[in-house]
Amino acid sequence: MSRGESATPLARVRGLGSAHHGGHHWLEERFTSVSLVLLSFWLLFSLVMLPALDRGTVNEWLGSAWGAVPMALFVITAFKHGLDGLKVVVDDYVHEDGTRVGIHFFLTMAAIAGAAVSLFALAKIAFGAN
Amino acid sequence: MSTKPQRPLSPHLTIWKWGPHMTVSILHRITGTGLTVAGLAVLAWWLAALAAGDAAYAQFSAVARHWTGMIVLVGLTWAFWQHLFSGLRHLVLDTGAGYELRVNRFWSVMTLVFSLFATALTWFYLMGVGR
Repeated sequence: MSRGESATPLARVRGLGSAHHGGHHWLEERFTSVSLVLLSFWLLFSLVMLPALDRGTVNEWLGSAWGAVPMALFVITAFKHGLDGLKVVVDDYVHEDGTRVGIHFFLTMAAIAGAAVSLFALAKIAFGAN
Repeated sequence: MSTKPQRPLSPHLTIWKWGPHMTVSILHRITGTGLTVAGLAVLAWWLAALAAGDAAYAQFSAVARHWTGMIVLVGLTWAFWQHLFSGLRHLVLDTGAGYELRVNRFWSVMTLVFSLFATALTWFYLMGVGR
């Protein structure tokens, strides 16, 4: 069936764009961007407001729920948004499908590994296993 | 696609007079890539060092306080603010607003001005606490 005049606006954009995934990726990138405005402001203000940046002071802050929970959200959202962004850059400049998918796979693994390391470290600090 | 036959391309990049909106557009990509690759690596290292122990954190601090480390951190701070202000501009552009030539040019230049100002302000506060 051709997607002509009768198709809904959503049907017309599905599968379009250089990633061939239509509007979903685009929207997710915006959702995470708005979340990151809030979370990165929180992170920056927290760092500036801390009396010092030695290990004891920072771990005490990240050991509390008010430090650990937003930091976990920041880690997850930042890695997701960064991965989404890098994929767009790759989609725009790498046109050969095999290479493109290969780089996507590598970037996804790297982002998941980075997020896992960060979250494990954060959990270790928060649950006081030092 | 590499298998496509040779076809004439529209002369896009070469015929336009370079403007601030083009600078800000490519800076959004460069800063976003830098923040993801370098920024998230620093974040993961920082958290891992905090969790690992005093020796690991001392090593992180030594690199962060070295002048090369400081250049990276100040660069990441600028990249953060540039990407943030440019990103906010993009969210407005996504609504279909701000494409008039003068308005578009004005806010492009403003993202550059704001990011430099915010970077200076951030480091003024970070250094001011006496670290």
